[in-house]
Amino acid sequence: MDKKLAEKYWKENIKYLIILLSIWFTVSFGFGILLIEELNQFKIGGFKLGFWFAQQGSIYVFVILIFIYIILMNRLDKKYNLK
Amino acid sequence: MTLQLWIWLMIGLTFSLYIGIAIWSKAGSTKEFYVAGSGVSPLANGMATAADWMSAASFISMAGLISFIGYDGSVYLMGWTGGYVLLALLLAPYLRKFGKFTVPDFIGDRYYSDTARVVAVFCALIISFTYVAGQMRGVGLVFSRYLEVDINTGVVIGMAIVLFYAVLGGMKGITYTQVAQYCVLIFAFMVPAIFISIQMTGNPIPQLGFGSQGSDGIYLLDKLDGLSRDLGFHEYTTGEKSKLDVFFITAALMVGTAGLPHVIVRFFTVKKVSDARKSAGWALLFIAILYTTAPAIAVFARTNLIETVSEKKYDDMPVWFENWEKTGLLTFTDKNKDGVIQYVADPQINELTIDRDIMVMANPEIAELPNWVIALLAAGALAAALSTAAGLLLVISSSISHDLIKKIIKPDVSEKGELIAARVSAFFAVLLAGYFGINPPGFVAAVVALAFGLAAASFFPAIVMGIFYKRMNKEGAISGMVTGLLLMLFYMTKFKFGWFGGGTEADWWFGISPEGFGTFAMLVNFVVSLSVCHLNAKPPQEIQELVENIRIPTIEN
Repeated sequence: MDKKLAEKYWKENIKYLIILLSIWFTVSFGFGILLIEELNQFKIGGFKLGFWFAQQGSIYVFVILIFIYIILMNRLDKKYNLK
Repeated sequence: MTLQLWIWLMIGLTFSLYIGIAIWSKAGSTKEFYVAGSGVSPLANGMATAADWMSAASFISMAGLISFIGYDGSVYLMGWTGGYVLLALLLAPYLRKFGKFTVPDFIGDRYYSDTARVVAVFCALIISFTYVAGQMRGVGLVFSRYLEVDINTGVVIGMAIVLFYAVLGGMKGITYTQVAQYCVLIFAFMVPAIFISIQMTGNPIPQLGFGSQGSDGIYLLDKLDGLSRDLGFHEYTTGEKSKLDVFFITAALMVGTAGLPHVIVRFFTVKKVSDARKSAGWALLFIAILYTTAPAIAVFARTNLIETVSEKKYDDMPVWFENWEKTGLLTFTDKNKDGVIQYVADPQINELTIDRDIMVMANPEIAELPNWVIALLAAGALAAALSTAAGLLLVISSSISHDLIKKIIKPDVSEKGELIAARVSAFFAVLLAGYFGINPPGFVAAVVALAFGLAAASFFPAIVMGIFYKRMNKEGAISGMVTGLLLMLFYMTKFKFGWFGGGTEADWWFGISPEGFGTFAMLVNFVVSLSVCHLNAKPPQEIQELVENIRIPTIEN
């Protein structure tokens, strides 16, 4: 693979990482810790929303994030003929 | 069938399964011994990683701990799952592409230095030993509670089993036994949870159940908040720890998870880079099943406990109460001599002390579930402890036979010689772990927290910068690792063991607890690495090419 193409591939990869890790940070440190009081004013079923993010929601989002990453990267690999 | 018979049957069956797998998957080469020949499917590796990761602490202690601290328990839930996002996105694919056997391999090669390699070996050994001692202890505890053998006998039985499949099969044997152990442990964890969820809320899915209404129409969490308030405890859904400390502890556990060598090394066992990504996804999915159920169990167990004991006559207590009193893990002292149990926050009035570890183990008895469920739980706890212990032992043995003997002391050792060295060091590692299991150092709990802090403060920055920052040189990485490691050791020993003048909560730096200090030490590591890096020359050309190479997942390496 030539150098320019490799650099382009890497840049796209970094872009994905930044987006996905921002979501990772928001649902856990943001919703589950920093903004918990604000979110706890809302309820879904018997859960206060902030508490739900801290003990349930963030974990679901983590799983989804990794699977989105897998799909994005497989597509990227294909685009650059790495598969 | 009696409980004893059920337990012997369950444990006998699962143990024969593990031994059978070990014989079937005997390792013939060092590549098979260290990384299972790099031929494990992503799904199997995901299960093995999940079993590797979920230890006796996750299985036995975590839900109980959460049931006593409520919201503050979120640090474990988010910390021990969120780390997998970092692992999948920042480490696993690149380390797989690099494609050697161990974490010190990467550090030593990327930083073109045997000093870096030795520092990494040292970190890997400390982290793994502190961890494995706790696992052996867990095995002993389960045996002593359920089979009524002595704890030490329990540890010896556990040692013999691990010895058999770790020494014989290496990573290959460990991987496939871990797949079996995952199935046993998740089944054992979920069955009682589902039963109890149905009993308490009518909803068979525990994750939804603990947000539902009980038979009285009140939401379970609202009821628990109310009960907690009435008894003088803090509200279940809000915490006592400061926000800053919760933030730092969560971050330290996440980053520490991503830096633990026995977890990282699992991603060397798959065929290609895309499989490494996939198996991280599977691993977290499998882990999430237990980790989203644990907070539900915590709520069920806590509510059940308070409703069963609070202000009730001691003479009317059910049989399980007496059973656990015998173990000393549950004690009642009738301070005001009224024959009624006062269970409150105020230590002057409180008459009941409960060891948090019994919450999961006593749950099936409290919920009056059949004997086979209790037996299943015992087999599950053993699977959790044994699978983690085996993974750690492999890291210890490969650190010695591969990173020290092959790479530094005797580079001309033959393949066969290295394999023998690997088996011999695995053997001695099991003995040492067993010794610590029988004679546990009083500070096991403290050191397990230390392991995460150490991994966060030492490995994580060095690996991440090794991949994402081409300019990083050996001077920067080594000084960062050493500073992070020493700072973390200093802070932990100061506040946990009272060295360097000791100190109390009031003396914590910026109000950060020792558990959360790994995050701080990691930040210091980054700052030191980057500063020292720029005072020294760029890494050599071939290293920069190595970094460019690991960033691109070519077909096969």
